[in-house]
Amino acid sequence: MTSTERTDVLVVGSGFGGAIAAYHLAAGGARVVVLERGPWLGAQDFEHDFKLGSSYTRAFDFVVGDGMSVLGGNCVGGGSVVYFAAMPRAPRFVFERHGTIGRRMWPASVSRDTLDPWYDRVAESIPVTTQDWNDVTYAGGLWAAACDHSGRTANPVPVAIDNAKCVNCNWMMAGCRFDAKRSLLTNYLPAALAHGAQIRPLHEVQRIERNHDGSYRVHYDLIDEEDYRIRYDGGAIDAKIIVLAAGAGATPVILQRSEATLGAMPHAVGRYFSGNGERLNTAVLNEDRVRDVLGLSRGDGLAYAANQIGKGPTVANWDRLDGSLPEFTRYSLEQLYFPPGLGTILAQVADAAPGESTWFGVKKKEMLRRWQSWLIIFQMIEDANEGVFGPPPAKGNADRVSQQMLGVGRLKYDPAETTLRAWAMADAEVKEILERDGLATVTAWTNEVIGAYTVHPLSSCRIGDDPATSALDDRNELRGHPGIFVTDGSAVPGALTVNPAMTIAALAERAIPGIVRAAQDRGVDVTYGAPAPDGGTSGRRGVADLLPSLTRR
Amino acid sequence: MPPRAPADDNPRTTTLEAFADTIVPGEKRYPGDLAVAGAAEGAGAVQAGAIELLEWNATGVTEGLDDYARLLGDHARDYAAEHGLTLDDSLPPFVALTFEHRTALVRRLTAPDHPEKAFWVLLALFSNMAYDSAAHTSTAEAIAAGHPGLLAMGIARPGDDGLWRFPAHSYGRPLARLHPDTTPSGSPA
Repeated sequence: MTSTERTDVLVVGSGFGGAIAAYHLAAGGARVVVLERGPWLGAQDFEHDFKLGSSYTRAFDFVVGDGMSVLGGNCVGGGSVVYFAAMPRAPRFVFERHGTIGRRMWPASVSRDTLDPWYDRVAESIPVTTQDWNDVTYAGGLWAAACDHSGRTANPVPVAIDNAKCVNCNWMMAGCRFDAKRSLLTNYLPAALAHGAQIRPLHEVQRIERNHDGSYRVHYDLIDEEDYRIRYDGGAIDAKIIVLAAGAGATPVILQRSEATLGAMPHAVGRYFSGNGERLNTAVLNEDRVRDVLGLSRGDGLAYAANQIGKGPTVANWDRLDGSLPEFTRYSLEQLYFPPGLGTILAQVADAAPGESTWFGVKKKEMLRRWQSWLIIFQMIEDANEGVFGPPPAKGNADRVSQQMLGVGRLKYDPAETTLRAWAMADAEVKEILERDGLATVTAWTNEVIGAYTVHPLSSCRIGDDPATSALDDRNELRGHPGIFVTDGSAVPGALTVNPAMTIAALAERAIPGIVRAAQDRGVDVTYGAPAPDGGTSGRRGVADLLPSLTRR
Repeated sequence: MPPRAPADDNPRTTTLEAFADTIVPGEKRYPGDLAVAGAAEGAGAVQAGAIELLEWNATGVTEGLDDYARLLGDHARDYAAEHGLTLDDSLPPFVALTFEHRTALVRRLTAPDHPEKAFWVLLALFSNMAYDSAAHTSTAEAIAAGHPGLLAMGIARPGDDGLWRFPAHSYGRPLARLHPDTTPSGSPA
């Protein structure tokens, strides 16, 4: 008889939720193993290449659902490796949202005020910094100038980027070749490794079962490093504490598949999914009008023509982030970059004649010819947590189609009237800003080809005070399954109206004291109180007063 | 133009070419090119390498290409019957349709209520990717070789090491008022 490997804490996934937990628990003295389904890539592996099989397709995943498609990370470092590193905090009103449940969605213990010290911890650890106008790219500057021209404000967004190293190559979605992006590969993960945590790439967790002694057994498959459709026999690991952080598109699927061996799941597992209310618009700029109306010039004879240049989003309009406005009418409008391939197919032409398609054909090709004059605007509205996961596929969280990147999942998303109205409002506002004085022609991405589209999946296993509508208690523990915690984006209760990474990370930081206490209660020799990964201690001091309420038994 | 390029006239290939050409249309490769309808100036998805991409098993659609071509033929015949069109028997049915009819049929197959929608959207996605990102070949090599899609889109050439860098990237001056409720961390209040 072979004995099963044992550890204190088993972390599933190595994005924000997994990396933060792995670091703190390892630094506190626990034995930590992290299982990551994707490959382990570093700066030298990150290529500027759209070829299938390059880091661009190895490191992230595109899962097509019914009414909603999801982009997410698929590598050590998770979403932090492929994201655009925009790190705003969520506005105050977000925490007071009711959504569709007739009561506050967030636990009573979480507000902007109580989360701010945890945001501070993340800001110190990553670190997150503000940007000035010299950091703002041509695309961001153009969006700012257009907002200003229409009487609106615009803000450079705080980011996890070392601007001194950034070359504005706009390849962030393939991983940062220059380590300018402060992904988790540059902070929490190396610190976790230094404290003895083990990270195992190409290990895809399938299900969890409960052992007689109250510990858990986690079953995984091994994934081929080149063709993710190929899997090999894996194994199992026993752990006293499980931290699930496989991402909002995968965490609920693992729990659904585990129901047979763990027992009934809370109703909210795999429900209340939010796409963070995301939708994209494409503006095709009239270069002459950009110069004449906005007075912009690159100094080389061009006014803009800089879609390719930059570092994702640098400027956002936050005028609608006003807590006095009714719920479902608040949103931000952020300049964004989206690479070719997935970033062009859904863009629609403005002047399709009857009989022509809006997203393919002769006029679309003409629109592509203007690609350098595109400006993509990203809306983040308040959706209604419409997403529901169907029964899980046999393996993983999707049936893989391509060797990498593309799969078909089980998420169904039927946008509510409030969501459709908010998107229409935001579409109209982007049009109003960018079509003013002939600056551009603006169209929304079509939702008719692959449904809506999110790069920020949330809420599929969320925290809350109401057991009927939340899968986790206010300390991220799975209801009815003590010792299983969820710390990724699926724990966030709803759409945030801004990029969510900062909030996901802050919630994960906030969950750590409770996880440490649960581990102690299960006999693990671990303490809470590690500094920031670089040794900084101001964030730790800032949360000290909050610890008693998070470690109550 | 050469009189007749040594093109693959396998009906599967020409059917898939005609589909890709409907997504990103191009000019005919040679007089008498039937798969490429010639609906637009400049090279389209076919010249950009759509068949090469589809025939690479990394996409996950390669094993289904026979089915794609057969089903597209069946749909084309049904469409023609429905519209009272007479198709040239010597051609694969989808190739025998005009560009306008190919477009109408592809719109129908990719419409939200079509039962095979996901299947056809996938073929459209890869057809588009051949043109706008040359996903079958290294991007730097594709640009160096004059890939028609990447060039038409104006994608800048990378540096000698195959990496892109844009030292000039900012207008470098304030361009809007900040939101009055911005916090010191740069976030909304």
